[in-house]
Amino acid sequence: MYVHDEFDRAFLADRVADFRDQVARRLSGALTEEEFKPLRLMNGVYLQLHAYMLRICIPYGTLSSDQMRALGHVARRYDRGYGHFTTRQNIQFNWIRLDELPDAMADLAAAGLHGIQTSGNCIRNTTTDQWAGATPEEIEDPRLYAEIIRQWSTLHPEFTFLPRKFKIAITAAKHDRAAIRVHDIGLRLHRRDGETGFEVIVGGGLGRTPFIGKTIRDFLPKADLLSYLEAILRVYNSGGRRDNIYKARIKIQVHEVGTEEFSRRVEAEWAEIRDGALRLDDAAFAAIADRFQTPDFAPLADRPADLTDALADPAFARWHANAVAVHKAPGHAIVTLSLKPVGKPPGDATADQMDAIADLADRFAYGEIRVAHEQNLTFPHVRQKDLPELWRELDALGLATPNVGLISDIIACPGLDYCALANTRSIPLAQRLSERFADPARIADIGRMHINISGCINACGHHHVGHIGILGVEKKDQEFYQITLGGKANHKARLGELLGPAVGEDEVVEVVERIVDTYLALRAGPAESFIAVVQRLGVEPFKERAYAAG
Amino acid sequence: MPLVKQGAVVPDPFARVADDAALPEGPALVPLARLLADGLPEGRNAPLGVLVPNAADVALLAPFIGQLAVIVLDFPKFRDGRAYSQARLLRERFGFSGELRAAGNVLRDQVLLMVRCGFDAFEVAKADDIPGFTHALAAYSLVYQPTGDGRRTIGDARRAARGA
Amino acid sequence: MTSPLQQKLKITGPTAITANRLSDGVVVWLTPSHGWSTDIADAAIATTSDVAMTLLSVANGDEIHAVGAYPARVVVVNGRAAPVNLRERIRVGGPTIAFEARA
Repeated sequence: MYVHDEFDRAFLADRVADFRDQVARRLSGALTEEEFKPLRLMNGVYLQLHAYMLRICIPYGTLSSDQMRALGHVARRYDRGYGHFTTRQNIQFNWIRLDELPDAMADLAAAGLHGIQTSGNCIRNTTTDQWAGATPEEIEDPRLYAEIIRQWSTLHPEFTFLPRKFKIAITAAKHDRAAIRVHDIGLRLHRRDGETGFEVIVGGGLGRTPFIGKTIRDFLPKADLLSYLEAILRVYNSGGRRDNIYKARIKIQVHEVGTEEFSRRVEAEWAEIRDGALRLDDAAFAAIADRFQTPDFAPLADRPADLTDALADPAFARWHANAVAVHKAPGHAIVTLSLKPVGKPPGDATADQMDAIADLADRFAYGEIRVAHEQNLTFPHVRQKDLPELWRELDALGLATPNVGLISDIIACPGLDYCALANTRSIPLAQRLSERFADPARIADIGRMHINISGCINACGHHHVGHIGILGVEKKDQEFYQITLGGKANHKARLGELLGPAVGEDEVVEVVERIVDTYLALRAGPAESFIAVVQRLGVEPFKERAYAAG
Repeated sequence: MPLVKQGAVVPDPFARVADDAALPEGPALVPLARLLADGLPEGRNAPLGVLVPNAADVALLAPFIGQLAVIVLDFPKFRDGRAYSQARLLRERFGFSGELRAAGNVLRDQVLLMVRCGFDAFEVAKADDIPGFTHALAAYSLVYQPTGDGRRTIGDARRAARGA
Repeated sequence: MTSPLQQKLKITGPTAITANRLSDGVVVWLTPSHGWSTDIADAAIATTSDVAMTLLSVANGDEIHAVGAYPARVVVVNGRAAPVNLRERIRVGGPTIAFEARA
C-alpha cells in the first residue's frame, strides 16, 4: 500500500492547521455558515440530524492495520464507539463535535488519514477494486493510478468549486467491482498492442437522474492520464450547469450536449495541454510506485493440509465457499469480512472490532485491510494455511457471517436515523430483511442477490443498481418504499425497473420474500441466478405475485 | 470594495464604464460585449481593462491580450468556480501578463486558489479578510499539482530529493 | 435546506423553530426568551404564521449559537411542544436502532 512521504505528511499538517483556523473563525463569527459550509464539507464534515458527521477518506479502500487502529481511537475518543463504512470506500463517524474536529483530524493525520474532499463540489476519493493487487484477474494494480489521481486532485485550485461533486472510479479487472459505469468518470485499464491504457467513460451516475456512463475514448495512453482528466474537468467546470442543483452533475451536461459533442470538446481541450506539465513520464510513475509497499509473498502451495482438513467442518466449509476468493499468489487467498451480521446495521463496526481487525490483519494478512463498496472489509492477502484460525477469530468477532454477495449482504444508506436529507429510514429495514433471511442454507440456495436500500432519491444506497432496489418515499408522514428489479452495477451495468406502486414500511419484507419465492419457482435450476431470471422473464411475473397476496 | 495587490490595499485608478457611456480620459474598464462590438478604442493612451462575465469564452480576448492592462473576472458567488478556469487559460494559454483581477464574492479562504490560477489583484468582499490574506497565501508550503503559477510542486520536491 | 427567510412562511398547526447547535450539532429549540434549549418541551410554540415568521427570523439572526434553523410542526401536550412526525421524533429521541445492536 501507499505510504505517505515527508511531503504528503507536511501537506496534511498544513491542511489540519488550515481547518483549525477556519473552525476558530466560524466559532468566533468571523465566518458565516454560508461561507464555512463548503470549507467544512471539503474536509468531510457534514451537519446531520443529531450532530456533525465526519467522513474520512480511505484512499481507494486501502488501510494499514495502524490506520484501522487510528479509526478505532477516533471512534472511542471523539465519537460513540463505532463507525460506518460507506459505499465509496470511506468511513463515517456520526457524533463528532465541531469544536473537537480539528483535534480528531490531527490524530488522524498522524496516521496518514484525513477527510479531504470526501464531500463538497470537488473531486472526491477515487475508488477502485477492493481486490486490487491481489486478484489474478487484473492486468495491473490500479491503485498506482488512483494515487496519482489523488495527488493531482488534492486541493486542485481550478476544480475546488465545480458545479457539483465529482467521482472517479478505476478498475483493472475484467469483473468490475468498482462500479465504474455509474461514476462521473470511470476508467478501465486494459491492454492494446502490448501497451496498457484506459478506456474513459464519462457521465454515469445514480441519484435522481440515473445514467450509465458513455465511453468517450477507447484507449488513453497512461502518460496522458492527468492531462485528459484535466481536460474533462475543465470542460465540465466551464460548461456544466449551475442554474439547478439537480442538473449540475456532468451526466446532465453529457446528456444535453450529446456524447459526441462532449467528447469533441474534451479532445479539443486536451490537444492544447497534452504535452504540458501534466504529462506523466517514467520517473513520475516510479516516484509514486516506490511509495507502495507490496507484501513479499511467501512461496507457498495451494490447498495446504491445514486448509483441506478444516474443510471437513461444514460451518468452515460454508464460510470458505462464500467469503474466500482466489489470490494471484499460490498458497494465498482473499478474504471478505462481512459487516452484515444478521440484525445489525450494514457497514457498522465498533471501535473494539476495529482494533481486533487490525490485530488480525497483523497476524494473518500482512497488515493490510481493504474497504469494499459493498460496505464490507477485505483482507487482501491471507495465507491459506491460516484460514481456519482466521475464521475462528472472525466468527468470535461477528465478522464471519457467510452471506457475502447473498441476499442479506444488503447495501443501505444511513437513512433518516442519521441523515439530514433522508425521507425514510433504511437501516431498520435492512435489519429486518437480514433477520428474515437469516438461515445460511436458505440464502446460499437463493444464491447471488444484491439488495440496495436508499432512504431518499439521492440514492446513496445505490438502489438503481440493486438486483432488488428499494427506495424510501415519504407520504403524509408515513414511510413507503418503491421496489425495482434487475439493476446491476458491474461491467454490464443496467438500471432496475420499477415493480409497481410503493409499499408500506410493514409490508416490504413480505414483498421481498414473495419476489424471492417467485424467483425460486421460476428459475430453470439452481444455476440460474435471480438477475438472470429477471432478465429472461422481465418484471411482470414478479409483479403479479409480489402484490397478489396484498 | 478595497482593491488588494501583493497583500496591501492599493488605490484603484480604473473607472468602470457602462456599455453606452463615453470613455473617460483616464484608465477605464469596459464590459466584454463592448470590447467585442467596438474593438479597441483608437488613439487612446490611458490603460484599458475589460470586465468578463464568468460564462464567457476567454478565447474571444485573444486578439486584444497584448493591449489590455487589466482583465477582471467575476465570482458572482464564491461557490461558482468558472473564473478559475478562465484565469488559467488567460495566463497559461493566451499569455496574458497584465493585472488579472478577481471581483465579486472574493473571500480570504479562496484567495490561495485564485493566486494559483493566476490572479494577482482582488476586489475584496469583506475588509476584515485583508489582514488574513498573507496568512492564507502561506498556508501550504507545498502543492500537489502544477499550474501556471510556478509554485514548487510535491512532484518537483520528490524529484529533487531523489536526485540528491 | 432552502433558506426559509426568502419565503413567506405559512403554518398549518402548532409550530416550533428548531436548529442544530453550532459547537456540537446537538438538536436545539428556540425558546420564548429567544434562547436555545436542547429540550423540545422548552420550545416557543407559534400558532399563527406571523409569530412563526418572527421566531424564524430571530433564529436566523443568530449565526453564533445555532445553524440551519427551520420551522417544525409539533403537537402540544399540556402546553408543551412534542415532536409530531418521524423526522422530529428521531431528532428528539435519537436513531431508532437499538444501541446494543451495534456491538
